[in-house]
Amino acid sequence: MKDTETTATPVLRLSGVTKTFPGVTALSQVELALYPGQVTALIGENGAGKSTLVKILTGIYQPDEGQIVVDGDPVRFPSATAATEAGITAIHQETVLFDELSVAENIFLGHAPRGRFGLIDWARMREDAAAILDRIGARIDPRTLLGDLGIGSKHLVAIARALSVDARVVIMDEPTASLSQAEIEELYDLVERLKGEGKAILFISHKFDEVFRIADRYTVFRDGEMVDAGMIADTTEDKLVEKMVGRSMDAIFPTREHKPGDEVLRVEDFAHPTEFDGISFTLRRGEILGLYGLVGAGRSEVMQALFGVTRPSRGQVRLNGETLRIRAPADAIANGIVYVPEDRGKQGAIGAMPIFQNVTLPSLGTTSKAGFVRMAEEFALARKYTERLDLRASALDQNVGNLSGGNQQKVVIAKWLATQPAVIILDEPTKGIDVGSKAAVHEFMAELAAKGLSVIMVSSEIPEILGMSDRVIVMRDGLMVSEHDRDGLTPETLVRAAAGYEGEAA
Amino acid sequence: MSIAEGTKPRRLPDRLSSRPSRILKSWEVLLAGIAILIFLANTQASPYFLNPWNLSDATLAFTEKAMIGFAMALLIISGEIDLSVAGIIALASTAMGFAAQYGMGTPGLVLIGLAVGVVCGAFNGVLVTRLGLPSIVVTIGTMSLFRGISYIILGDQAYGDYPDDFAFFGRGYVFWVISFELTLFALFALIYGGLLHFTNFGRQVYAIGNNATAATFSGIRVARVKMILFLLTGVMSGVAAVCLTARLGSTRPSIAFAWELEIVTMVVLGGVSILGGAGSILGVVIAALIIGMVTFGLGLLNVPGIVMSIFTGALLIAVIALPRLILLIRKGRTS
Repeated sequence: MKDTETTATPVLRLSGVTKTFPGVTALSQVELALYPGQVTALIGENGAGKSTLVKILTGIYQPDEGQIVVDGDPVRFPSATAATEAGITAIHQETVLFDELSVAENIFLGHAPRGRFGLIDWARMREDAAAILDRIGARIDPRTLLGDLGIGSKHLVAIARALSVDARVVIMDEPTASLSQAEIEELYDLVERLKGEGKAILFISHKFDEVFRIADRYTVFRDGEMVDAGMIADTTEDKLVEKMVGRSMDAIFPTREHKPGDEVLRVEDFAHPTEFDGISFTLRRGEILGLYGLVGAGRSEVMQALFGVTRPSRGQVRLNGETLRIRAPADAIANGIVYVPEDRGKQGAIGAMPIFQNVTLPSLGTTSKAGFVRMAEEFALARKYTERLDLRASALDQNVGNLSGGNQQKVVIAKWLATQPAVIILDEPTKGIDVGSKAAVHEFMAELAAKGLSVIMVSSEIPEILGMSDRVIVMRDGLMVSEHDRDGLTPETLVRAAAGYEGEAA
Repeated sequence: MSIAEGTKPRRLPDRLSSRPSRILKSWEVLLAGIAILIFLANTQASPYFLNPWNLSDATLAFTEKAMIGFAMALLIISGEIDLSVAGIIALASTAMGFAAQYGMGTPGLVLIGLAVGVVCGAFNGVLVTRLGLPSIVVTIGTMSLFRGISYIILGDQAYGDYPDDFAFFGRGYVFWVISFELTLFALFALIYGGLLHFTNFGRQVYAIGNNATAATFSGIRVARVKMILFLLTGVMSGVAAVCLTARLGSTRPSIAFAWELEIVTMVVLGGVSILGGAGSILGVVIAALIIGMVTFGLGLLNVPGIVMSIFTGALLIAVIALPRLILLIRKGRTS
């Protein structure tokens, strides 16, 4: 630890905190210290354990091991309320607010000032809300309906809500992700003001420019471990990128022959009114194309337009030279383009239906006869693909909802492979699944590509992108920013391209 | 799921539990048990109950509603609902009565009845699938709209000049005590049972009801399936309108009043989840039998109609609450 630069004592300190989930160690022996009047930036890739840490600090998860120390006393947060009472408050990426309620009601929901007979003291609530909004420099009438505000103002309300309890530690989880440049500047001012009030701030961000702009200290997480911490003044962006990416390339990926064939898919000048613009790329037979970018860069949106879930406003899709007209997923599937969505629970699997029925859903045309289902054929098809993916289940008629995340993902992938596609799009295929399932999915991807299937893999995990792709496209803010061959591609290059940091390659 | 890492891939069995144990635990068996109890109670309550002609008459209390109930079951499983079905009956019956005034023959009348059903179903379907409106709101609206048109046309009048052979659809017998309506009921039970449980279409209906987004992402044309379901419900309302009009021999705008709730009650009692995604046609058939026997048994005992509806309501709540209660009791024991 490099905390010797200051004599101040931390408001909050975590030591040796470990949190495991079935099959995954989310946090391992993590250390973190937050100081009054200082901003500590928490940096790490997706899956590095940042969100888990926030949930432990706010009482949503309990650590398996380790200590939380507030003002020198070890404490426990058995509930979110307990964390709030200890003065820890969080502004999440997507704070839950209510459009139908007023700004003041949103700020004080759950802890509204009470008057006589335990009734809500509306006048005081409005005054207090106005005071807090004033304090953070937000010019919002507390009587406004939240739904009438823009996203930036809603964010300020979320911050006001976080400050309406007497907070000493404020956690900001990617607070600028959905804000405009002007709103981001206002947020920076606000952070300065909070620092002036002596609050300890934990600032989680992917963007290096803002980390260097407002943070005093940094802590880097990688694969659930704290790998570095110190003063921002003593480090550089290059050093942070290196620490963040580190040696996590150790994960074993299947070795692949890089020998893509003829062009299969060509997307030309794809555009969408709000999500993306000017997207053009090609995909060859047997190729794995990695699509990298930060969350919100528009990668999934492009893929969903290609799959027919949304309609692009412009652009063409050619498959084997033929222009396709894709108006619905059914059209894409009929042409051999399939999409394994990121959100398994909502878009991928049907939890309340059995494994075999999930697998055969897009293939009913082949398993049925004259429109009538044939169970024997369905079981055979489902077995063929689930066993190749090494699915762990008790029986094929078990409901998918009862399987682990990794096994649900295998069912969804099996469902698409059973359609014998030409192009498979995998959106974050290994997000939130255990190490064993991850390896099974990676191996299978390599096997499919070797057999001539073309794969587009959307991923936010750098090791996965580098370990699996033949070629990588990086997107930022709905635009393609760069394209790279696998050979000689470094994690640092990807991180810089995705974050828009064009600094010198040291 | 706690299979140790490193286990070799093995053959996954098709099914986990053997069929008999699964069947014994099913909702349909519970319902069938209730049906048998009510049947026995009826035989004790009235000496006239077991008369075959009486029993045959009893079926007319549910055959028309159940025919709509089958289509409604599919619609509710898909996550939608149609509360305008009784309104469609009123409109279809009025249209038939109007045509009969001008001497239209029986085949023409049947065609008109079915056509009105199709048009009304299409109207509901377009509003729900094209404009994306919630079906419960749309069909509450069209419920008043359809019946309202009947009131405008008929006022306090009634149509009654139906051809003699038209009566067959409501009062005819196919064989001995087996009425035409009972035959139709059995036929539609088979058709809808087959459609829901043995076809790709039925599978897609379940998928949509369980997770419409995942169904769309799986290439199912959700709007098309729902449109077909609204059309089927409309057609079945037309069929019921033909049978009911033929049986009554006259049309008033208040015909089949409040049937939509009885039909939904029947479907839900039959084990169809009001949230969509689950249910069977067999369950709806048994529920229809239960409601029919209760209505008829209480009728033989000269119990007033309002008591019957109290009984049906209580039965519905009891049957719906039972599984939840059992679950709570089990939980209470383990914790």
